[in-house]
Amino acid sequence: MARIVHYLNQFFIGAGGEDAAAQPPSSQAGAVGPGRRLAQLLGDEHEIVATVSCGDDDAAGRPEAIAEIVALIAEHQPDLVVAGPAFTSGRYGLACARVAAGAKAAGLGAVAAMHPDNPGLDEAGGAPVVASGEAARLMGPALDTLSAAVKKLLAGEVLTDADGLVGLAPRRPRMAERTAAERAVDLALTRLGGDRDATEVPLPRFDRVTPAPPIEDLRDATLAILTEGALVPDGNPGALESARATKWLRYSLEGRDELKPGEWRSVHGGFSTVWANEDPHRILPLDAARRLERDGAIGRLYQEYLVTAGNGTSVANARRFGVEWAADLRHSGARAAILTAT
Amino acid sequence: MGAPRIVPTRGIPFPAGDPSLEPAEERAWRQRLLERALEAVSTAVHAPTLFEVK
Repeated sequence: MARIVHYLNQFFIGAGGEDAAAQPPSSQAGAVGPGRRLAQLLGDEHEIVATVSCGDDDAAGRPEAIAEIVALIAEHQPDLVVAGPAFTSGRYGLACARVAAGAKAAGLGAVAAMHPDNPGLDEAGGAPVVASGEAARLMGPALDTLSAAVKKLLAGEVLTDADGLVGLAPRRPRMAERTAAERAVDLALTRLGGDRDATEVPLPRFDRVTPAPPIEDLRDATLAILTEGALVPDGNPGALESARATKWLRYSLEGRDELKPGEWRSVHGGFSTVWANEDPHRILPLDAARRLERDGAIGRLYQEYLVTAGNGTSVANARRFGVEWAADLRHSGARAAILTAT
Repeated sequence: MGAPRIVPTRGIPFPAGDPSLEPAEERAWRQRLLERALEAVSTAVHAPTLFEVK
């Protein structure tokens, strides 16, 4: 009998919604929530021996969380780790993908399920990800796809598009039946025929952001200042990239009322940083934000600022930064943010 | 850009400043930008909305 450990977020084990999003990793025996249906679909030759769970804010916002989750999973010595389905939930998708990646790195088999637009998709570290619909109302078909993929993987087979495989599939060289020129002409004709989506190279999609509701009373709220202007301490200790950033950094503002020229620098590669370095407040308005705090216009200023370089950043990375920043700020009680954009 | 609430500023290299101003004037401009941003986050919007500094 194949041993499976299932990863779910706080919502799907029934622990709560956003109120429980800070829950640390935990483990319980057997299948829970959607895991029960998954177990039914998998039949008697497979057993979900445990369900490991974590709150979305904790899993996406605390750097050690994924390693702790993988350690809880590994205790059960599974033949396969199954994460999700996460649908289009950003934090949950990141968590599922990173759990799958962490499990794979630990020598365990793993598969995650999420919508192809989920920002977690590129984070699975080579572990397979199968498609789900957009939201939990599509749980039924998502579990059909996932259970079929689980059976194939445990039988030692490789997943393909036909199994719902999505995301960064490992590239395997093969001979095409027809030359690139012929395929290009075919695609052009297909487009002229009205099919706007046909492509051999899918491009990233831009999505619409649903505006957050307004803040009721800023005098009680914690305000964060963020920037994609690449302002970092002199010497760039965190080695932030000046273009095509793959990461973001955080620096403390505690006990600081201003940013002195020479101590802070913009390493942004997309504009002249002369003005930023002359007065770093032109990128990160700490002086004015402290004044808002002193005057009581806001409750307090968040004790750190978050920074990346917005310069040729891939859409996938930018979406991931957004999800991680939102989780980080929510987790720490910040309720509003001003992001300076260059 | 698709961001829901946008306060337009005066130049890409200095989103929270304006080097053409005297230092005291520039600080006052930055303060007005942030105050406008606070008005923005306190206002309900349903689509990308500009909050010009008046």
